[in-house]
Amino acid sequence: MSGVGQSTLVIVLPGLSTTVQDFGRLGWQRFGVPVSGALDRVALTAANIVVGNGSGEAGLECLYQGCEVEIAGESARLAVAGAGASIEVRDGDGGGARLVPSLESVTVQRGQRVRVKMAGPSISAYLAVEGGFAIAPVLGSKSTFVRAALGGFAGRALRAGDALGLVAEVALEREERRLEGVGLEPASVLRIVPGPQDDHFVDGTLERIAAEAYTVRAASDRMGLRLAGAKLAHKIGADIVSDGIAPGAIQVPGDGWPIIMLADRQTTGGYTKIATVASADLPALGRVGPGAVLRFEIVDVEAAEAAARALAAEIAAWPGRLVPAGGGDWRYRLYEANLISGVTDGTACSGAGVSRS
Amino acid sequence: MTLRFLAAGDTALTVELGDRAELGLSMRVLALYGRIVDEALPGVVEVVPTLRSLTVHYDPCVTAAATLRAVLGPLAAEAIASLPEVSAEEPGEWPPAPRRWLLPACYEPEHGPDAEAVATACGLTPWQVTSLHACVPYRVLMVGFLPGHPYMGDLPPPLRVPRRDTPRTAVPPGSIAIATTMTVIYPQESPGGWHIIGRTPVRLFDPARAEPSLLAPGDEVRFRPIGGEEYTALVGKVAVGTWAVEPETGEP
Repeated sequence: MSGVGQSTLVIVLPGLSTTVQDFGRLGWQRFGVPVSGALDRVALTAANIVVGNGSGEAGLECLYQGCEVEIAGESARLAVAGAGASIEVRDGDGGGARLVPSLESVTVQRGQRVRVKMAGPSISAYLAVEGGFAIAPVLGSKSTFVRAALGGFAGRALRAGDALGLVAEVALEREERRLEGVGLEPASVLRIVPGPQDDHFVDGTLERIAAEAYTVRAASDRMGLRLAGAKLAHKIGADIVSDGIAPGAIQVPGDGWPIIMLADRQTTGGYTKIATVASADLPALGRVGPGAVLRFEIVDVEAAEAAARALAAEIAAWPGRLVPAGGGDWRYRLYEANLISGVTDGTACSGAGVSRS
Repeated sequence: MTLRFLAAGDTALTVELGDRAELGLSMRVLALYGRIVDEALPGVVEVVPTLRSLTVHYDPCVTAAATLRAVLGPLAAEAIASLPEVSAEEPGEWPPAPRRWLLPACYEPEHGPDAEAVATACGLTPWQVTSLHACVPYRVLMVGFLPGHPYMGDLPPPLRVPRRDTPRTAVPPGSIAIATTMTVIYPQESPGGWHIIGRTPVRLFDPARAEPSLLAPGDEVRFRPIGGEEYTALVGKVAVGTWAVEPETGEP
């Protein structure tokens, strides 16, 4: 290795479905181009804040299974965000393993390997790298839309051997940081706003959806979360003349089972939509997988808009919650906290986002 | 024509002008689309016109549905009032198309596997089906479903058939298909339930172009029948970048 030229992040093991995602492609829906972007924008934002990036910089979205990567370059600073996610850093010979929890940065040297571990409950985890990926945006975004081979790395999910260019050739000289007090738990109750086609369903359908529990089906993907549970009945039929689809729209085809439209949703569609999930609850929906149970709570548009503003205000406060990372292993920090306080304080490692239960 | 606002969560609001697919309705949707875009309302992220409605995507940290309704209500009423009354029978006169396209179309059986079935359903011969399809100009009513996928109308009445009972899982890119009152072109290989009657060598969507979608709502499209040999030759030229279709602009 000469050490000259662009640093890259090389995929050693791609995981089940790892793609480059940012906040998505806005402004092209009238030409049929889906928005795409991270299923969980909040976790992507958190990972970016930890490594010092702008909130919408592209990261790697790992679904269900983490990827393993190697740094071909001097050094790079990384962080993962996801409930139950962590990164394991090992030397090239497999030795010197250390575990870095979610929402904490780590600097990785040439030849070291990084494994994104996903212990659940979240099915998604985001790996951010300081400086971001040197990927040319397509239609204003680095997000991958696989069905049209658009954006990201060659328009597809990552494979072993792919080398992604990095903007930063070397990690900045500074302390590692941890983002405290950020919860990234999967959704269990979703606020929904009735409409646009709630009048196409038999009377009492909204009351019904609010009273029942729905289970996420295995057929779900980045396009839509398919649910099973009480069937919703149309007055006349499930078909309408196509209209626009909002993120989080709850589409109900003829079989009566709801589908919540996610990042890769088509721009327009011809099925009735009974309600729309509040945008503030969509990131947590990007964390749930097959078998998860969801409930719905009906709110009005104003309440959903207020929730969106509250979430934005909370995220705006996150940079102030960065603290020096201290010890490298969260178990060490927990031990240390116990020694100082004298009582077991389970929140001492809340940066992991999962251990607050 | 009844104007309705439909709630679509806290990041989108749908302005519905009707619930049917009609040329006259599309014309109004596109007129209103132009008005809303010109208005450059704060917090409006993008506006997506469909056959009979517009979905206004917005940022709830900048604006709100109530604010948008208050502005869009009078705007929509004004845009609608400025156009003559229309009905399914009297679709009205379209304004001149900003761009007119002549797209080569190969209607040979190899590329139009459903022409025979459509002919049987319509009581025509396959030749009559493709001739009728190629003899009228269409307007792009919307681009949606997948990148660059145009919905164009109206089909000559003798060609109007429902969608296929069983959709195909993979329709080849460039396929020209018909159903109901419209004709479409599939830009990418994708599932599809429309009747395929021909194929164009033109590339409908290319993210490397300044305007990635070849067609935009309001454009006029006519089809120029070509033989299998010309189709193959044009596919080759498109692949190496030595040929691309150009629109005519200005008055016809």
